[in-house]
Amino acid sequence: MNQESPSTWRVIGRIILKAAVLFLALNLLFAWVRPLDTLGRLTLYNWFLPGRERLPYGENPAEANNLSLNNLPAMFASHRVSQPKAEDELRVFILGDSGMWGWFLENEDTLAGQLNEMGLVTEDGRTLTFYNLGYPIMSLSKDLLLLDVAMQYDPDLIIWPVTLESFPSQKQLDHPILQNNPERMRHLIETYDLQLDANDPRFIDPDFLENTIVGQRRPLADLLRLQQVGFAWSATGIDQAIPAEIPLRKSDFDEDVSWQTYDEPVTLTTDDLTFDVLGAGVQMAGDVPILIVNEPIFISDGANSDLRYNAWYPRWAYDQYRDLLTAEAAAQNWPLLDLWDAIPPDEFTDSPVHLTPTGPEMLAELLRPYLP
Amino acid sequence: MTFDPFLIAILIGLGLIYAVLIKGKWRGWFLLAASVIAIYWLQTATAVRFGDYILQTVTVVLTVLTWWVTRPSSHKEGKAVWPSLTREDWLTLAVVFGLVVALAFNRFVDADYRLTPARPPSPLWVAGILLALGLVWAGLTRLLRRADQRKVLTAVILLIVLLFIILKSPPLTTAASAYWRSLTGQQVALGSPSDLVWLGFSYVAFRLISTLRDRQTGILPDLTLREYVVYVLFFPAYVSGPIDRAERFVEDFRELPQLKGLDANRWLYGGQRIFAGMLKKFVIADSLALGMSLTAENAAQTQSADWLWVLLYGYALRLFFDFSGYTDIAIGIGVLFGIRLPENFRRPYLSTNITAFWQRWHITLSDWARFYVFSPLSRSLLRRKPRPSKTLIIFLSQMSTMLVIGLWHGITWNFIIWGTWHGVALFAHKQWSDKTRRWYNDLSNHPWQKRSWTAVTWFLTFNYVALGWVWFLMPTPQLALETFGKLLGVIR
Repeated sequence: MNQESPSTWRVIGRIILKAAVLFLALNLLFAWVRPLDTLGRLTLYNWFLPGRERLPYGENPAEANNLSLNNLPAMFASHRVSQPKAEDELRVFILGDSGMWGWFLENEDTLAGQLNEMGLVTEDGRTLTFYNLGYPIMSLSKDLLLLDVAMQYDPDLIIWPVTLESFPSQKQLDHPILQNNPERMRHLIETYDLQLDANDPRFIDPDFLENTIVGQRRPLADLLRLQQVGFAWSATGIDQAIPAEIPLRKSDFDEDVSWQTYDEPVTLTTDDLTFDVLGAGVQMAGDVPILIVNEPIFISDGANSDLRYNAWYPRWAYDQYRDLLTAEAAAQNWPLLDLWDAIPPDEFTDSPVHLTPTGPEMLAELLRPYLP
Repeated sequence: MTFDPFLIAILIGLGLIYAVLIKGKWRGWFLLAASVIAIYWLQTATAVRFGDYILQTVTVVLTVLTWWVTRPSSHKEGKAVWPSLTREDWLTLAVVFGLVVALAFNRFVDADYRLTPARPPSPLWVAGILLALGLVWAGLTRLLRRADQRKVLTAVILLIVLLFIILKSPPLTTAASAYWRSLTGQQVALGSPSDLVWLGFSYVAFRLISTLRDRQTGILPDLTLREYVVYVLFFPAYVSGPIDRAERFVEDFRELPQLKGLDANRWLYGGQRIFAGMLKKFVIADSLALGMSLTAENAAQTQSADWLWVLLYGYALRLFFDFSGYTDIAIGIGVLFGIRLPENFRRPYLSTNITAFWQRWHITLSDWARFYVFSPLSRSLLRRKPRPSKTLIIFLSQMSTMLVIGLWHGITWNFIIWGTWHGVALFAHKQWSDKTRRWYNDLSNHPWQKRSWTAVTWFLTFNYVALGWVWFLMPTPQLALETFGKLLGVIR
């Protein structure tokens, strides 16, 4: 104990007062400046740590060396896509859901990994580099949100795998990443005149106090944790906890034809599905070629498979969706590749769109003819 | 439960109440009550029924028993006789008994408001068992009234060591857990070492043994039961040390009535230590713990030697910041209550040789081992006839000391190898420094060479210690060897 210190309660009081004032001032400054996006760009990835192969996502950081966060600049800053583009590189972005992100797949087994493995080179000598920008959420709006950020990384081609589960209007804003980026989403809704509610109550609009350091402590901690888990990711290459035994999807179904809010078959129209979001993505891509792919799904031959293709899709809904997608693509002149039944049922794992390592390999071969 | 910010805030609040409201002689009683209650509160729930309550009650009983046998004996008719209890001792006994039984009333309290982590056994049962123990004790005391105190002390040391071995040896802990489960009607097959998490026992055991040995050697000061119980169970140091010495602790304890409650210097110093400790533990160590330090899992998954080294250094730093942060918090809280706990760390990773490292890392544990293992063993070997060579004496003493330190962490092959790893290094360093002393002293005339040599020895020491943590961390020697293989690039 420092008995010779001249400290008194007055000194302690001054220390506490100064600390409190500083704390208050920093909080107010933080709420005023709202620097989370800027802070998200400060990263150890791509210079000290290797860039991630896919966007950060994970609920168990200690095991998966990964975590879910809502800060889009931070997510992209941690991805290898934010590395400078090489002169001889032809950048191909692959959007999509968990099937494309690679649920239960190592990075090299994802579609992007398999395509990179092919070592494709264009006639003019440019190397095709595929970037996995999939994210494990079923929502076209999420794809659009990610594409909006991804466009600044100069793509040369965009592959956009989609499936019916991403189309329903009511599902578009279901996930925190969309709800916690209200300004970006509203901007997209306004710019592309999307049929989504800009005032949807699910949007999270923090007030001034919620924008302080105290209010934003979780997003701030997430930024730090994303850097922390980067060390174990760099060391192990593991960014997902893959169980030794992967559970299998359901093959036998009840006598049930319900889908989303419909208990019985109805006639679907383009208004029921968010084709406007798909169109916005094509418009956003501008001069950059875009290839829409109807993603392969698991087709069951088990009980009641005459009613349903799989646990997600009754036949009536999926068949109508395919017809609508084909018609809309033709009408809008969108390049569409329908690969819905291209992968054998054995190559699906726990959901109708999650693939075994062989699945993306087959898919890559199917896509090859459509690549430059 | 470990120290978390909420708990620390509560303890600081308690410190404030103590400083403002508790005066004079009541301070000692306050610390007694707070310490007894805190050990039940800090204990985590155990899988075996009533485990949390019973284990801490055993700690209390063992503490009282050890105090009993360490009381100074007087001599009547050539035989050692223990004096009877003073009024204060009786009062302390009553307070401790009352608190332990009162804590069992948490059985009737809603889980959210309990001071015990799980439902304790019936207070009546607890009181009955304690009274029965008291009667057995009284009978034993009568029987041992004229027994050789040294032998009684040795018997209690052996009892504590036996408990320690059961607790630290996974197969024995599993067997003990299975036995416990058989008594409480739980599934015996589910018995596992994690069932018997006996919070604080490692530290308590070493404190108890130190007083037993000090009594044997005649250097233990006379302590009242109240002083003794507070010394052993003092709540800031209960979870992670430091391991104080009774004669030092009691000096502060006896000064408590004169302590100025709201002493600005003391509160400033205590606050600084708590703040520094929280920064080390909750900011630095916990950050390193998430993905930035070696674990058994990521060691197996790591693909390159370079990154494995990064994670190993991360682990070394994490261990230091975690443990030294805890120590800072414990010291800071201790200061708020007027007890100055000893330092446990003095920049250990800046050491330039392994001997210096062990003088600066977990100081109170290494001091304990030096005092109660190294010194008596080397003295005993020196007295042997024929006397072994000095080199052999040093080797045996250093190896034994480090083995005890290793085994204190757990009775597994990895901790034995870790202790040996450091024992060998200490012995090698002793031999080296003996042979190079003149050369080293000459280096003072060559500042650049001395600086370079210091840098080299720091690098070697730090890396040797860091590599030693591989033994410490990995669950089996096989995994540790595989990690070494990866670190050295032999295994991919």
